Amino acid sequence: MNIQFREGTEAASPLTAKTAIADCDIHPARATRTELYPYLAKRWQHHLEIYGVHAYQGMMEGPPYPKAQPNASRRDAYPPEGGPQGSSLSFMQKQLLDPNNVQLGVLNPLNTGQGIRNHELSAALCSAINDWQIDKWTSKDKRLKASIVVGNEDGPSAAAEIRERAGDKNFVQVLLLSRNVEPLGQRRYWPIYQAAEEAGLPVGVHAFGFGGNPITPSGWPSYYIEEMVGHSQCQQSALASLVLEGVFERFPKLKMVMIEAGFGWAPSLAWRLDKAWQRLRSEVPHVKRPPSEYIREQVWWTTQPMEDPERREDLFDVIKWIGWDRLLFATDYPHWDYDEPSRVLPAGVSEANREAFYLGNARKLYGLD
Amino acid sequence: MQTQDGGGKARPNDKTRKREKGDVMASLIAGGVDCDVHPAVPHLTSLLPYLNDYWRDQVTTRGMVDLVSQSYPKNSPILARPDWRPEKGKPGESLEDMQRHVLDPFQLKLAICNPLYGVQMVFSEDMQAAFCRALNDWLVKEWLDRDPRLRGSIVIPTQSVEKAVAEIERCAQDRRFVQVLMLVMGDTPLGKRALWPIYEAAERLDLPVGIHAGSAYHNPPTAVGWGSYHIEDYVGQAQAFQTQLTSLIVEGVFAKYPRLKMVMLESGVSWISPYLWRLHKFWRGVRMETPWVDRAPLEIVRSNIRFSLQPFDAPPDEATLIRLFDHMQSDELVLFSTDYPHWQFDGQDALPEGLSPDLVRKIMIDNPHATYPRLI
Repeated sequence: MNIQFREGTEAASPLTAKTAIADCDIHPARATRTELYPYLAKRWQHHLEIYGVHAYQGMMEGPPYPKAQPNASRRDAYPPEGGPQGSSLSFMQKQLLDPNNVQLGVLNPLNTGQGIRNHELSAALCSAINDWQIDKWTSKDKRLKASIVVGNEDGPSAAAEIRERAGDKNFVQVLLLSRNVEPLGQRRYWPIYQAAEEAGLPVGVHAFGFGGNPITPSGWPSYYIEEMVGHSQCQQSALASLVLEGVFERFPKLKMVMIEAGFGWAPSLAWRLDKAWQRLRSEVPHVKRPPSEYIREQVWWTTQPMEDPERREDLFDVIKWIGWDRLLFATDYPHWDYDEPSRVLPAGVSEANREAFYLGNARKLYGLD
Repeated sequence: MQTQDGGGKARPNDKTRKREKGDVMASLIAGGVDCDVHPAVPHLTSLLPYLNDYWRDQVTTRGMVDLVSQSYPKNSPILARPDWRPEKGKPGESLEDMQRHVLDPFQLKLAICNPLYGVQMVFSEDMQAAFCRALNDWLVKEWLDRDPRLRGSIVIPTQSVEKAVAEIERCAQDRRFVQVLMLVMGDTPLGKRALWPIYEAAERLDLPVGIHAGSAYHNPPTAVGWGSYHIEDYVGQAQAFQTQLTSLIVEGVFAKYPRLKMVMLESGVSWISPYLWRLHKFWRGVRMETPWVDRAPLEIVRSNIRFSLQPFDAPPDEATLIRLFDHMQSDELVLFSTDYPHWQFDGQDALPEGLSPDLVRKIMIDNPHATYPRLI
């Protein structure tokens, strides 16, 4: 959770001689408000200055559920040279990549062109973010890999962005957020899945986003914690939609990664889908197999924030039901609910499962083996 | 070091210990309480005798049609078990059928009627109040008065908290009403302070608040928008229950009304523990935002929240069931239900395989009585 690194603590950590890990959820930030401008046409620079981004929410800046701390990030993650947390490569190397021996770090930029009502601006901002990821991050540190951020509400333009980046080894996945105008299985998003499958890239679905829908099916709640916990319910509904619309049936080589939304709920959702499907399959004849089979074969899960049972070994039951081969370790750096790699797994995990959890599954999924 | 990550092993202190050779198979016991049965209103016109002149006139001159919710299309397979489906009319509309299908064969002592007629969908608080009042009076006259095993839930017009409280107070004079009934998806999250007078009245009058699956459809039925399918709405009920538990807990309902019990009806149960692990973790992280939450969410659930058994959304193997109940770390959370006439199981298999006789007794008898003070 919100741990504080002080000078010298890394050296004193018992895990200094660390085995390599993958961190499948790192959030790179812009150091300044205009850092993307070199990648944007003059027209869009003017547009942003005059009108801002016009999102599917009310606030011009910041979230309507204020975070628990600035930028939802660790207070010790401000780079010494200034700028917000996560905006400095050298400090990220010093604080995250080097001490934890991160061999593969997957970048998931937030606050990009997604969740914006002007779809042309959305596409321009996403393309800019993708160029920026290469220039500022992946070209300067080979451990880092980027995600293709796409204008989520405009399928054809998103697919064009994916095709343009396909084959570029800087990118290892396509990035969507869980909350969109419609549930993610809807046809309007299919061009994204088709292009991703053709490019051989997994589609990561990160918790969060704006699509205009209340974050509960009973309206807007009051508190930040409700939004935080609610992301896992959004993710469940998004995944149910993907299964029930037949996305996995239609795109059998498509792989999807559920990012930062928990995984403890996965077995229960799969059982519930199976039970309902047995009764109601005549409504969805395009879903040809029990839903749990599609989920088992085509879905992966990042670990942070790890569910935290009172008896930590209870987690082993859930992981067994999901499969040790489907979990991808992630820290969520530099966010406050960061999971510290040395502390997330209870004792008693076999060497093979530990290796898969921390590194092997990610290398395989992202095609780095 | 021996690895444990295979999981799945029953521990000696499991309440749901594995049956040993010679054990009598855990099975239904007589005298149980079914906490979720659904008498059906045959048609809106069935309520006409219970409406005053003005509303009777409104219904007829405006040509109002039957209030059937999208949650329960009449011919949907989940709406009724094939052998519980009548030749004509709605499943659950006949008392004789309910007696023949569930009250008698399950040897029930009591059954709690939760009418799911779609009165929550209309937006006018006046119309909703009139329909709720008629529905509650209909339940007394056509069901509770006709079988002494039946108990009722008070359906309330949530468009007006004031009218909802008045309806609770009116009906509560009849001790056969044992709970207040709300839908899991309404206009606002259920923890919102504006609704608290409802909870104050419920606590004062010894009425747990039952939260039943279903939506007023005043918001999209998932938190990511409108899905395409009936099955999607049904699967999504579990997510709706999760968001409501968060709301009820973090708004401080149980700090304010510590004696209030809430029962999640037709919610599913296999999501409870992993959901709580996550809520608990975040609560520890940001509890400064809601300092009035004076106990850990896990403790609040164990003392104030209960869940009906059906639909039991877990695979039908004993090993998994044993682990799921062990994760809950309590044998008091689950209350027996058949969800009659909905199709959740076949034959007499209302109890999942693998429950110990002790746990069956808790679920069927002790837990319902401990939850509902008015059950006698």
